[in-house]
Amino acid sequence: MKIAVDLHIHSALSPCADDDMTPNNIVNMAILKGLDVIAVTDHNSCDNVKAVMNVADGRILVLPGMEVQTKEEVHLLCYFENLQNLLDFDAYIRNFMPWIPNVPEIFGNQYIMDEKDQIIGQREDLLLSSVELSVEQVVYQVLQRKGIVVPAHVDRTSYSIISQLGFIPTNLPFKVLEFSKFDTNYTMYFREYKRVYSSDAHQLGQILERRMLIDVYNVSLAAVIQWFKDLSVV
Amino acid sequence: MKVSQMVEALCLKVLAGEKFLEREVSSGYCCDLLSRVMAKGEKGMAWITVQTHMNVVAVAALIEMACVIIPEGIEVERKVLDKAEEEGVIVLSSNLTAFELVGKLYQMGIVPVRNDAS
Repeated sequence: MKIAVDLHIHSALSPCADDDMTPNNIVNMAILKGLDVIAVTDHNSCDNVKAVMNVADGRILVLPGMEVQTKEEVHLLCYFENLQNLLDFDAYIRNFMPWIPNVPEIFGNQYIMDEKDQIIGQREDLLLSSVELSVEQVVYQVLQRKGIVVPAHVDRTSYSIISQLGFIPTNLPFKVLEFSKFDTNYTMYFREYKRVYSSDAHQLGQILERRMLIDVYNVSLAAVIQWFKDLSVV
Repeated sequence: MKVSQMVEALCLKVLAGEKFLEREVSSGYCCDLLSRVMAKGEKGMAWITVQTHMNVVAVAALIEMACVIIPEGIEVERKVLDKAEEEGVIVLSSNLTAFELVGKLYQMGIVPVRNDAS
């Protein structure tokens, strides 16, 4: 069966995202757009994922995720089958976060919210920085927790694995690459990979319509993860 | 040295921050990894980088740099330059490579950043 996904959405926790990217706004907008599965992937953090999952409450599936910025400034989308594995990964990542305080006037707010969209805290350390871990180390940590890694917006000229490394390392088990709406001439690199398009939404209106469909055996987090692990090229 | 003197000596093009050119340059740094610049950067430095996206302006503003210099005549998007104007960040452009620019600035007496944490 085919289901519609948008697996790269930023909440108000990400400094660069709008403050109205609240758990309820994100979930309700995604339902309005007719999506079946979404992922909230904030920069180097996941403090709003639980609230989003609780708000969704079976109305839409929420894949637990995070967008990690490696020390090479490569953005990697890390997805997990359950919240516990994401939280465990988050606890590990925090040991490698640099101590750079956020300046909200320059970078934006980093709000942590509850199920009622109330601000219950904020991250004081700047989330828009690199963790002291390489691409390879991040991939290893995610695999250990039975998750999957998708290089983010590989067609962009900043923070993409190709812009930063110049190539996609062949020793790492990447099977799927994420593309954004931007069109660049990197297509030559992508032949043997599956592709997923996501919005990388920082504003509510940017969340995808029913455009990115994936073929899964049922609507479950395990099935979505399996789609990513599946080798067959689409 | 003032930014204006650097602009004149190296024939740099001023892309943004024209009205702040009397600002003093205290040191210099060349790096394309923004996270590293955030960690090592210091107030008053001149920063040479081929990166031209919006976060370059944010990092320059955060650190209160003297200026950003973009080498190799790389184009910078209008919206990035508008943001630089808004934040009081001087963005300069040169047709020289980063290597040549650093060499010339070093000869002119610009010192490396003092913060040597790695």
